[in-house]
Order: sequence, then C-alpha cells, then structure tokens
Amino acid sequence: MRNPSMRQIAFYGKGGIGKSTTQQNTMAALAEQGKRIMIVGCDPKADSTRLMLHAKAQTSVLSIAAELGSVEDVELEDVMREGYRGVRCVESGGPEPGVGCAGRGVITSINFLEANGAYEDLDYVTYDVLGDVVCGGFAMPIREKKAQEIYIVTSGEMMAMYAANNIARGVLKYAHREDGVRLGGLICNSRQVDNERELIEELARRLNTQMIHFLPRDNVVQHAELRRMTVLEYDPAASMAQEYRTLATKIDENTMKTIPTPIEMDDLEQLLVDFGMVDSDDGFVAQTKAQELAAKALVG
Amino acid sequence: MTISNENPAVAAGAPPPTKGDVQELIDGVLAAYPAKARKLRSKHVKPNDPSGTDEQCAVKANIKSRPGVMTPRGCAYAGSKGVVWGPVKDMVHLSHGPIGCGQYSWGGRRNYATGTPGIDNFVNFQFTSDFQEKDIVFGGNKKLAKITEEIAGLFPLARGISVQSECPVGLIGDDIEAVAKEQGEALDLPIVPVRCEGFRGVSQSLGHHIANDAIRDFLLGTKEPEVETGPYDVALMGDYNIGGDAWASRRILEDMGLRVIAQWSGDGTMQELASAHRAKLSLLHCYRSMNYICTTLEQEYGIPWEEYNFFGPTKIIESMRRIAEYFDDSIREKTEAAIARYEPYFADVQARYGPRLAGKKVMLLIGGLRPRHTIGAYEDLGMQVIGTGFEFAHKEDYVKTSKELGEAVLIYDDPSSYELEEFTRALKPDLVGAGVKEKYVYHKMGVPFRQMHSWDYSGPYHGVEGFAVFARDMDTTISSPSWDLFTAPWQASQPAPAVAGAGVGSDV
Repeated sequence: MRNPSMRQIAFYGKGGIGKSTTQQNTMAALAEQGKRIMIVGCDPKADSTRLMLHAKAQTSVLSIAAELGSVEDVELEDVMREGYRGVRCVESGGPEPGVGCAGRGVITSINFLEANGAYEDLDYVTYDVLGDVVCGGFAMPIREKKAQEIYIVTSGEMMAMYAANNIARGVLKYAHREDGVRLGGLICNSRQVDNERELIEELARRLNTQMIHFLPRDNVVQHAELRRMTVLEYDPAASMAQEYRTLATKIDENTMKTIPTPIEMDDLEQLLVDFGMVDSDDGFVAQTKAQELAAKALVG
Repeated sequence: MTISNENPAVAAGAPPPTKGDVQELIDGVLAAYPAKARKLRSKHVKPNDPSGTDEQCAVKANIKSRPGVMTPRGCAYAGSKGVVWGPVKDMVHLSHGPIGCGQYSWGGRRNYATGTPGIDNFVNFQFTSDFQEKDIVFGGNKKLAKITEEIAGLFPLARGISVQSECPVGLIGDDIEAVAKEQGEALDLPIVPVRCEGFRGVSQSLGHHIANDAIRDFLLGTKEPEVETGPYDVALMGDYNIGGDAWASRRILEDMGLRVIAQWSGDGTMQELASAHRAKLSLLHCYRSMNYICTTLEQEYGIPWEEYNFFGPTKIIESMRRIAEYFDDSIREKTEAAIARYEPYFADVQARYGPRLAGKKVMLLIGGLRPRHTIGAYEDLGMQVIGTGFEFAHKEDYVKTSKELGEAVLIYDDPSSYELEEFTRALKPDLVGAGVKEKYVYHKMGVPFRQMHSWDYSGPYHGVEGFAVFARDMDTTISSPSWDLFTAPWQASQPAPAVAGAGVGSDV
C-alpha cells in the first residue's frame, strides 16, 4: 500500500559536487533509523546507487527496456535491487553521451515506476538528478505528484553556487501551486573555500531558504567510496558518519519548505565580492590598467 | 454574425464593387476578432489593387498563423515528403520518426507514376522507422542504419533512399547525415538526409525549400543524362503529376518539338533529379515549391528558367509562345502548328461549357500556385474569380496574383475557417475551390465545392485535355441538381399535402 505520509525528495546540484555520495550516505543514515527508502537514480551514467549496491547497477530501466524491445516489457523486479539495509535501488539509465535524449529517458523511467507500483510501502523516495536542470526531462522529478522537497548540494565555489541558483529557478517554475514543489534547503558539501559557511548561509538567505547542514571535508568519504560503500557502512564510528546522521535527522524533521527567490547573476557576483573572495570590479580594472601601463612602459 | 446584403460588394446585378465596398466587408468580418488579432489579420486581407506598386498590392504573407483560428496549413515534413520528394518514384522515401506522420500522409496526394510497384515504383508504399520510446531515449541512428540495409535487401532495384525527418529526430539531435553517408558508401546507394522536421518554419513552404536544398546538396549534377543531350532539352519543374497533370504538360512541350529530359518530380526518377543540369531551359510550373532549385541551376550551371501556366487555353497559348522564344524557328513553327491544332479543340470545350458557366463566380483557397494559375482557366469559361488566397504563398506570389485580377477582388492570405466562411456568405460565389478540410463545411452550407488540391479524384487539369476535364468538373459541380434539394420537405414553406390517416406525430 502506498504510505500517505511518504516523502519524495530530490537532490540537485552542479555535476561532481557530491550529490550521489551525499544522498546515499544520508539515506543510509535514515535507513539506520528504520526508514523504508527507495533511491531513484536519474542520471544516464547509472551510478547513483553504487554505494548501496556495492557495484554499479547493471539493470537500469532503460537498458532492460532496450534489451527487451520496449519499456512495456520490463517488470519491476527486473530493475529494482535491494542494497544496504534494504534500501531499494532503481537506476533510470539512459543513452551514451552524445546520442538520443536522456531527458526523455528520465520521464520514461519514472512513468514506468509509477505504473508498476514501485512506490508501495515506503517512507522516503529520493531522486538523484544529474547536474543542472537542462531540459524538461530532468525537471520530471519535481513535476506534479513527484518530489515535493528539493535539496541543493553546493559548495562555496562560484560555479556550484551559480548552478544552485539556476536550480532554484527550475524549482520556482514548478512551485506555484498549493501542492507544488518546495525548496528544503542547501547542503554545503565543503570544498574548504574561504568563509564557505557564511557564504552559503547568505546565499540560502537570498534564495529564501536555509543552509540545512554544513558537511566538512573528510577523506573517509573517499576511502569508503573506493570500497563502494557509504561511510555509515564502512566506518560507522567515524565523525563523518555522525555528520550524515545529523543531516538525515535535520531532513527528517525539516519544516522549512519554501518557494525559492532566485537572484540575478550580478547579485551572485556581488555576494562573492562582499565575502572578500574576489577583489571588487574597480580594483580589478585598476589592476589591469596598471599592468597595461607597465607593459607599455616596457615596450616603450 | 450577419453580413448585410445591402453591401454593394454583394448585391446581384449591381455595378462591380469598389475597393471601399470590399474593405467595408473585410472590416465587418474582422470586427469579430479581439483588437490585436484584428490588427494583425487586417494586413493579410485586402481588396486587390492591380495598378499599385508591389508594396501596395501584396498582402502580408508567410508568417505564423494566428493562434486560436483554424488554418489548413501543413508542416515542413508535409512540404518535403508530401510534395517535393514523395513523387520521385524509383526511390524509397523513409518517414523517419514515429509512425503517424508516414501513416497519415500515405496516399494523400494523387501524384501518379508509371512502373511496377516494388521494382521501379515505390510511390504507393509507406516506409517508416516507427520510432518507439527507446529510439527517442537512445537515438535512432542504429535503427536508421538497419532500415537502410533492409530496404537495400528487400528492394534491390530502389535507386536511392531519402530520409524525411519527423520532429523528434531534430529534437534529440540524431546525426542522420553521418548515417546517410556511412550507409550510402557501405550499400553503394545514394541516401539523402532531409532535415524537414515539422516544427521548422510557419507552413509547408519551408519544407519545399529544405527539400530543394537537399536535392541540390546530395543529387544535383551527380549523374549525366541516359540519352545524348540535344539543343531542345528542357526540364519540367514543379509539376507533381496530380491526376496525370505532368503527362498532359509534357505532351504540349513535345508537340512544340522540345524534349523533356527531367520531370521534377511528378512521375520523376532519381536519374532525372541528378541529371537535370544538362537541360537547356528549366520550365517552372509551381514557382513556390521549386523556384529555389531553378535559381541554383541558373547560378551554378547557367541554365535559364521560365515560369509557365498550362491551365486553360489563354495561358497555355501565351506560355507556349513565351517558351518558344528561347529556341529557334523550327520550334516556333511547331509551336504555332500545335496551337493551330489545339484551338478548335479549345473552342469546342468553350462552346459546350461556356454557356452553362458564363458569369459564375468563384472563390479559391489553395496552396501556393493554383489560386493564381487557375484564374485564366476560369476566365476562359466566362467565369470570374471574386476572391482568392493562398495557404502558404510568399509576398512575390501575391504581387504576381494581383496583376492577374481586377480591381477590388478580395485577396486573403492564410484565412481562418471563420473568415473564409463569412466571406463566402457575403460574396455568395457559385463555386468554392479549396481543400478537403473545407469541403464538407461548404457542402453543408449548400455551396458547390471542388477540392482543388487533389482535383477531387479527377484530373488532369493541366494541358490541352486537362482543360476539358476542368471545364466538365466545374460544370458538373455547379450544375448538380443536388444543390436545389437543400431544403428538407418539412422545412419547405409550402406545407406537404395532408395524407389521410396521418394522425399521431404527423407534426414532427
């Protein structure tokens, strides 16, 4: 039976920011607390469930569909695998880079899961979506009756923040209904940038949301990942495992779900200036002017 | 809404309507629209001004149809696959994408072709890649490669393949050019990728252009004619052989002493597309769909081109003499001799149908040529075109049309179904000629109607014998006794005589 209080959440963020790692570790922590969970990987690379299954999934919805001839021929048990602590794992899969339409693949897969009752007896469904919201297909998980809460994984790096702001735009597009999607918060996956915590807290404030948790950088994540495990499984006593447990609890208890207010590119740049990460434009211009003059003097 | 019958544009037996009268009619019809739509549409509908400059006499054309109104326009795929490529008979034309585009355009155009099905004639086949969800997600290139192999295996005599792109191919960015090149070399078969995705452009018109460009880029000039070329070789361009039109046109050119070495594309072959650059003159019937390639032939091979019109005696004779001017005296003599032979035949047709059709008024809405080219044929029968317009013409087509018509004739570009119906109610033509989407509406309005895209399953209408068929069809349509039977007996003002015993329920 479908659990009426089932929560559907999606993780978005710049490519390579650590969405899949953060998501799987957080879900592992929720699974420790006895929650029933399904992870839906919405990335053609099909590597969103690797740490749960201890292997890259070989049975994505779309690869099986391609093998059998059509998605109608696929059975749920062909594509759903149980991983660490019984977490159900499904990969959408998709085409190799440069051909076909991965966005349509996401739509096809999610429609398949809905039609085939994959959503029964669950407390959490999470969607792990690749990079930016580049087209309608990758917005599928935040459209009606899908994910209601979005968590954006970011760091204090400029392009990660830029992507976070763009994702907030995508969320806004689907937020204007009473039961529309809401932003649950920013997860700062630290890259040890100057003033990173303050910067992301400020970005969150501007986007009308919260920084729900600050994940410090810790090599144990890398060690666990090399063994195809979450930190919670590899080293449950590690302080990083505790960080993920804290994040899991914060998400479980989160009541701040807002309609985001994306900002302009100029404002984003100003934010970085204000936090002292780059010199102000004037300083930069003056500096280049001085360099030009110096160069001229040399030539002269 | 009602249009006043007092408008002199309408009143029977009154002097011909002035531009002011017609403008009043237009304003009345467009008044039903919201202000923005009215302002935009008013540029597309005008009373004719043949004396004006090109700028003044042309209505606005070739822009996106207004949302919310019904338009009979097609799409780029329709223009490429349906019009330009489809009639090329010895090639396989693959509708590349989901099934619907190929299936529902199958057999929709009456482009006749001789030959043996499956051997040297594939016109009546439907080939489609029948995209499934997985072809969208993973791309259709592998499937396309496999299909080309299957075609080459099943139909070894097919001379080539054209790949007619449907919308999804463009959306997912399939590299059909690469597949066409690779498979073309592997199978030693010309494979032409055509980027005619339906969402491109505002009507089928861009599809014609794209199709012309694909012929230019992949076939034109790649073969030499199979016969030794001569001084009287011509290419017959822009005739799609609807109901045998191209055959009728070809006979006239042959009577003039010319040799047709290429027919584009009705009953045409790949060989003819590839070797038309050896003709001495391109003769262009449908300007709108093939002016592009004629311009290319002129620029790249120095081949002049001449527009002609083989509808009705006046235009046929005028066109024959104009074409003959490109050649020597022997052609001019043969042309005059042919005209002399045709004239009594034309006179017979006119004597037979003229008295039945004289004074009848016609309104037209057809594609990109016939609303202009058939005007002369109607006039040869004593009929008068009182309103005309195109689905997808460009400005230059309207400039030419304006010169063919009298002052204040109603001109409409891409009219909505509402506009055309209201103009019909107001102008009360004796005949409307348009497409299948209009046909049954006008039948229900009690207006004689001819489907002028497919010639209503008749034809040919081009050429000498075509004129007789045209005249007969217009007569049978207008003179059909069925138009007098529109009032149901119980609606007649004269009550039906009482029948004894008809009691209960007799008043229904």
